[in-house]
Amino acid sequence: MTSAANSSSMPMAELRRLIEAASGPSAGPVLPFGIESIDTALPGGGLALGAVHEFSEEGPRGHFAACALLFAAGILARIPGPVLWCLHSRDLFAPALARVGLRPDRIIFCETYKDAEILPAMEEGLRMRGLAGVVGELNRVSLTPSRRLQLAAETSGVPALIIRRSSENLSESNAAMTRWRISPAPSFETSPFRMGRPLWRVELLRCRGASPNSWTLEACNAEGRCALPADVPDRSDSAQERRYSSA
Amino acid sequence: MVMAIQEGSRRILASVDDAARQANLSCGMTVAHAQSLLPGLIVKDAKPDEDEAALTRLAHWCTRYSPLVTPWAPDTIFIDVAGSSHLFRGEAALLQDLTSRLFSAHLSARAAIADTPGCAWAAAHYGQGGIVAAGRMSEVLGSLPVAALRIPAREITSLREVGVERVAQLAALPRASLRQRFSGDVLLRLDQALGAVVEVLAPLIPREVPRMTLKFVEPIGTPEDLERVTKLLCEKLMIDLAARGVGVRRLDMVFQRVDNVAQAVRIGTSKPNRDTKHLAKLLAERLVLVEPGFGIEEATLTASWVEALTERQTVGAHVADGGSEADISQLVDTLRVRLGNERIFRVMPIESEIPERSTKRIAPTAKADGAIWPKDLPRPARLLSPPEPVQAVAEIPDSPPLFFVWRKTRHKVRRADGPERILGEWWLSDQEIGMQRDYYRVENETGERFWLFRDAPAQAGGKWWLHGLGEA
Repeated sequence: MTSAANSSSMPMAELRRLIEAASGPSAGPVLPFGIESIDTALPGGGLALGAVHEFSEEGPRGHFAACALLFAAGILARIPGPVLWCLHSRDLFAPALARVGLRPDRIIFCETYKDAEILPAMEEGLRMRGLAGVVGELNRVSLTPSRRLQLAAETSGVPALIIRRSSENLSESNAAMTRWRISPAPSFETSPFRMGRPLWRVELLRCRGASPNSWTLEACNAEGRCALPADVPDRSDSAQERRYSSA
Repeated sequence: MVMAIQEGSRRILASVDDAARQANLSCGMTVAHAQSLLPGLIVKDAKPDEDEAALTRLAHWCTRYSPLVTPWAPDTIFIDVAGSSHLFRGEAALLQDLTSRLFSAHLSARAAIADTPGCAWAAAHYGQGGIVAAGRMSEVLGSLPVAALRIPAREITSLREVGVERVAQLAALPRASLRQRFSGDVLLRLDQALGAVVEVLAPLIPREVPRMTLKFVEPIGTPEDLERVTKLLCEKLMIDLAARGVGVRRLDMVFQRVDNVAQAVRIGTSKPNRDTKHLAKLLAERLVLVEPGFGIEEATLTASWVEALTERQTVGAHVADGGSEADISQLVDTLRVRLGNERIFRVMPIESEIPERSTKRIAPTAKADGAIWPKDLPRPARLLSPPEPVQAVAEIPDSPPLFFVWRKTRHKVRRADGPERILGEWWLSDQEIGMQRDYYRVENETGERFWLFRDAPAQAGGKWWLHGLGEA
């Protein structure tokens, strides 16, 4: 770095490259979403694995975080390995996780209730290489604990996914690499008797090395993949699912 | 049936069973005499060596009640429960547990608890058994025959000759003349039974248990020192265990304080383990519970439960399913030590239509069987337990609701699907027979999905409940 600082004649592009390498979001492996508009908006072309990601949900029922939870489960479904899931209460329904591709035999549940129990348990899991990820349902994430999680995640390469269970202190800053907000969105379906797949409004509120963005997506399928909603019903595979459900 | 033993030139009865005892047979009788009294008698050769070995085996089993167990041939086991009865919620409960376990193993036993081994022996062999209250030994012993004092048969006969039948009579005799007229045994056993002389029992040495002890010249007390000692002991013990080819399932660490108080910590692992670092870390988690007081002068690490640990061949990368082979047992152990065993679990599908019954907790290290819930049924991400009542209005019976009110918020239903009818599991109980739930998936104006059900057909006045939020 000293050589870079000394040479004032260094071209701008070279400096940019150095800064990017030092801030390092693109350094580790990433998990692409498989949706071009999201992957290009994220540094490195996907969700960085060795990092902390936060998912919150808006609205009066945001503390249930039902959509945020499924979004996070869909991400984990696409990473091989066991998952450590630190619970906030007893309301998680495991069959739904299996529906988005996160099979029950992959998840180790940890019956925790307080943030003070969840954070050390998460950190313990993050130190363990070979896990697909660690999930913590937390009320509040402040700077210091999130930094500890980030450091542990960076060392092992295991992603930490935080699901926020309280709408308070949401604006508080923390060390999460990306912060997402998932909210339900009304589906385009015109007939009231067709359910189709739910729609989510997925907002990238904050991301190191990228600008905020938002998308409307179809909820995760059985492989944990979200999809851009298709305007023409025949084009998406959800159309097939609709046929199954009506059959 | 009787057991016979050769004594000199004649065969005598060594033991008799209940049926033989009722026919007035007793130990010490000659076999010829017994057979003349009871022609159909079954006589087997006694095997005192094997009896003793069996008694020792039983004594080993008794170490579950206390570490200090002494087998006393031919038929007695002494268990020192002074320091362990609280683990069984008191002496009475311990006695109950012991006798019921022996009974279920088809062993007939009489058990007694008393202040001295001698008194307990007397109460079990000649008295009522049960618990002799503290300090009540002389009352219980007094009415028992002198044989209850574990004195040789020769002495019993000579005592009987001078008219001493009961312990109380014996205790009333002047001690000096007792010592002169009978062997020292009589007086010694009397004093031991009454607690005047301490009886030293040689406890059974437990089967060889891997153990390491460190003694300190200077008492230690700081947390760093305790941690270092723990690590050192683990290292030493693991060398021993590696030589035996076993791994730890349970480790006990006992710190002996200078004031002679022992402080113990215990950890368990979900799989046999020999990883020094991991075990030392698990113990270190528990060290906060140790109160060093004025200092600790001795530390002992015991592997109280070990299992065979064989080196495992790693599966080739082309066969293994990526990261699912990752060994989670160490993580599970750490979390178990920190949070408690029951709070770390996996969830397994149960074949039940009722949503709240469709999952079951299993041990995190249980074998994965790949079972899964039906794939084609959408299910909520959050399940309310118990379901919460909602006010809902449906247009026509058996149609989805038009709107519903939950927690004072009105939700207009934009889209709905259903019903999915779930019937009670009538084979479980009578109350289930009439149970019927019609589940509807609904979406409100903002796109939130809910899972509602009506607990009876609309005509029968079914009420609406909200059971889940979100949908996958």
